[in-house]
Amino acid sequence: MARRELTRSAPLRELLRSRWPQLVVTASMLGGFFLVVAAGLLGTPVGNRNLATVGVWIAWWAGLLLVAVPLWGRAWCAVCPIGAVGDWIQRGAVLEPSARRLGMGRRWPRAWRNLWLQNATFAGLALSSVVILTNPRVTALVLMGLLAAAACASLLFERRAFCRYVCPLGGFIGLYASLAPVELRVKDRGICRGHRRKTCYLGSEAGAGCPWLVYPAALDRNTYCGLCLECLRTCPYGNVAVNRRPFGADLRGTEGLGLDEAIKALALLGTAITYAAVLLGPWGELKAAAYHVGSRSWLGYAAAYLGFVFGVMPGGFLLAVWLSRLLGRGREPVRRRFGRLAQAVVPLGLMCWMAFSLSFVLANWSYVWPVLSDPLGRGWDLVGTAGARWVPYLSSLTPLLQAGVLLLGLAWAAALVVQHTETVREAAPVVGYCLLVAVGLAGVLLG
Amino acid sequence: MSREGTARWLVAALALGPPAALLAGVRLARERTGPATIEIRARITQAGGWTPQHLVLEAGKPVRLRLTSEDVVHGFGVGRAGFPAVDVWPGRFVEARLMLREPGQYVFYCTRWCGPDHWRMRGTIEVAGPAAAASDVEAARAPLYVALGLDLDAPRAARVLPARRPSPQRGSRLLGSVPASYLASDDYRTHSPEDTWRRLRAEAAWSRFSGEELWDAVAALWRVQAPAATLARGAELYARNCAACHGSEGRGDGVLARGRAPGLPGPLGHGPRRPADFTDARRMLAASPALLYGKVLRGGMGTGMPNWGPILTDEETWAVVAYLWTFQFAAGIDPGAERR
Repeated sequence: MARRELTRSAPLRELLRSRWPQLVVTASMLGGFFLVVAAGLLGTPVGNRNLATVGVWIAWWAGLLLVAVPLWGRAWCAVCPIGAVGDWIQRGAVLEPSARRLGMGRRWPRAWRNLWLQNATFAGLALSSVVILTNPRVTALVLMGLLAAAACASLLFERRAFCRYVCPLGGFIGLYASLAPVELRVKDRGICRGHRRKTCYLGSEAGAGCPWLVYPAALDRNTYCGLCLECLRTCPYGNVAVNRRPFGADLRGTEGLGLDEAIKALALLGTAITYAAVLLGPWGELKAAAYHVGSRSWLGYAAAYLGFVFGVMPGGFLLAVWLSRLLGRGREPVRRRFGRLAQAVVPLGLMCWMAFSLSFVLANWSYVWPVLSDPLGRGWDLVGTAGARWVPYLSSLTPLLQAGVLLLGLAWAAALVVQHTETVREAAPVVGYCLLVAVGLAGVLLG
Repeated sequence: MSREGTARWLVAALALGPPAALLAGVRLARERTGPATIEIRARITQAGGWTPQHLVLEAGKPVRLRLTSEDVVHGFGVGRAGFPAVDVWPGRFVEARLMLREPGQYVFYCTRWCGPDHWRMRGTIEVAGPAAAASDVEAARAPLYVALGLDLDAPRAARVLPARRPSPQRGSRLLGSVPASYLASDDYRTHSPEDTWRRLRAEAAWSRFSGEELWDAVAALWRVQAPAATLARGAELYARNCAACHGSEGRGDGVLARGRAPGLPGPLGHGPRRPADFTDARRMLAASPALLYGKVLRGGMGTGMPNWGPILTDEETWAVVAYLWTFQFAAGIDPGAERR
C-alpha cells in the first residue's frame, strides 16, 4: 500500500480543519463518560448488568483495541473526554482558539519526559484490573480519578502533559498507533525550516500550539501525536497532511525504540499473557490472588506480575538480542540493537492483545444488549432488549480467529526481525523469543 | 450568540444530557407506585455471603426481590415463612415477590450446597408491624427438650443393641400387644428407642418375646409416628439441608464434611468435628426424638452443626427427626431404601 495524502480531498480537508465535528464527538464521548460514571455509582454492583463495566470494558474496549487502534492509531485520543476537559479548562474555551491561559503552565520535568511514568501508571492499573474490570463502582471511581488527574495536570503544567506523559492508556495506544495505516505528517520539512513563527508548535490566532508537545516537522512516528489536528489548522502553508500509508510503516526505521518504549512494548506483551492467564485461565488461586487487592496473596501476585513484565520479559528479550549479536557480524551496541529489534515486538504485542480480547469480547458481547435497556441494572426495559440472554458469539470460530491473529502477529514480528538483521542466524534468537511468546499465549488461550 | 457560546451550550447539552436523563429516570422509577425492589447479591460465605445481610420489611407489604450470584449457583430461601426457595444464578437476575404477613425476625439462607461454609450463608429479615407482640408468645413457648431438661451435649450410648436391623414390618405384627400409652405421640418424642425397649422388656406380657422381637416392635412404634407423607417431607428436607454434611446415607460423610477429624473437638471441648453418623446404633438408639429435635433446633454449638430453629418449622423439624430413624430401622416405607 503506497502512501497517499488523504487531505488532498478538499471536503475531507475542510471536515478535518473544522473544529465542530471533533467537538461534537468529544462532547458526546463526555456525555457517555458521565453516563458511565453515574451508572457505576448509582447502578447495580453486579458487573455484567451495569453500563459502567459492560460499556467500558466490553463495548469501548472492543471498539478501541479491535478497530480504532489498528486502523486509526490515536484517533481515540483526539476525542477522548478525559484529556478534553483539562484542555478546555486550560484554554478557557471549547472551540475557538484563545490567547487566555488558565493554570500555572509549568513545563513538565525533564526527567519525566518519557514513557516511564506511563509504564508505572499502566502497571498500577493492571495490578488492580481484575477488580476494576468487574466492579462498576471501582470503574467509575477510576474514570473520575483519571478525569480529575488530567484536569489538575492541565492547571499545573503546560498543554496536555497528562495525556503525553501520565495517561496509562496513552502509552498503550501510542505504542500500537505506530502500526496504524494512518499518519499525520508535514509534507515538506523545508517549508517548516523556513517558517519562523512555528505556529504549529507555538499556536496562532488560527489555533493552539501542539497540545501534545510535538513539533510536527520532527514527527516520524505516530506514538506521540494525539491527532488533535491543531497543526492542520494553524499551518499557514497547508504543509500538514493526513496520509494513508502501509501498516506498521513507523517500525521500519533503523533508529529503533527508546529504552522506555522498548520496555513498554515488552511489558505490554507480558501483561497480555498475564491477563489471559488470570482472566481466562483455569487457575482459581491465581484469579483469587489477583482479585483480593491488598491481601497477602495479592502482594505475591503483584510481585510476580512486576517481576514477569519488567524482569522476565525484557530479560528474555535482552538474552535473545545478546545471542543475536553474538551470532551476527555487526558490532552494534546491545542497547541500540535492543531498541531496534524491540520494534518487532510491537505488532506481536498488538496481536496478542487482540487475541486475548477476542475471547472475552465475543463471549461477553451479548451483555451489551440488556445494558442498553437497563443501564443501571434496576429492571428497566428502555428499548426492549432487557430480556436478551447471554449468548457467546462465534464460540466455535473464536479459537481459529485467535490462532490466526497470533500467527499474523508472529509473522509480522519475524518479518521485522529479518528486516532489521543481516542473516538468518542473527534473526533466529529474536524470532525464537517471539515464537515462545506466541506459543505461550496460544497455550493459555487455546489450550 | 458567538460561535464559542454556541459551542459551550452544545457541549453542555451533549455532555450533561445523557446523565441528566438517567438521573431523571431513576427519580421517575422511585416515584412509580408498586412494590419496592431489593437487590440481593450472593457470594460464597468466604467471599461475603449475602449482600445485604439484613433486610427490613413491613408486615403484609410485598417487595420485589432481584437476586443474582457473583460466583456459583446459590438458592434463596426464607425460614419459617412458606416462601418457595428460588435458585440464584451467576450472571442473571432472578425476580421473586416476597411478602411476610407476620411481624418478627426471619432468616434467609442459601438452599444450594455452594461451598464449604454453605450453611453459614444466612441473613436476617426484620418484619415490622402492629402485631409484633404476637410472635413473642411463640418465642416464649419452650421447646420440648428444654421442658424435659435434656442436656443435648451429654454423651449417650445405648447399652442394649439389636443383633440385626430392627424391622417395622416384622414389629407391626406385635403392635396389637403394645399398651396404648406407647402409641401416643408424647411417649414417642420423650423416649429413646432403648428406653422403650427396656420398658417393653419390663412388661410381664412381653417376657415371651425375644430381644430382637422387642426391637422390631420399637421400630414399628417409631414408624407409626411417621406416616409416608411425613417421611417424604423429612427426606426432602434432609436431602436439601442435612445430606451435605451428614451424607445421603446418614454416615456423616457428606461432601462438605470431608477432611473433618472424627469426633475430635477443640481444646475447650468445642470445635468443628465430623458430623453425626446416623447409622451408628449405639448413638442413635440412646437418643430420644426430643433430643434430636433439640439438636436440629439449636445446632451443635461450635461443632459445625448449624441451628435450624430459625429456618425449619416445628412440623418440618419433626419430619426430619422422623426421617433420621430410617437409617436405623429397615423396611416399610423407606425413602432411603428407594435411593439405595
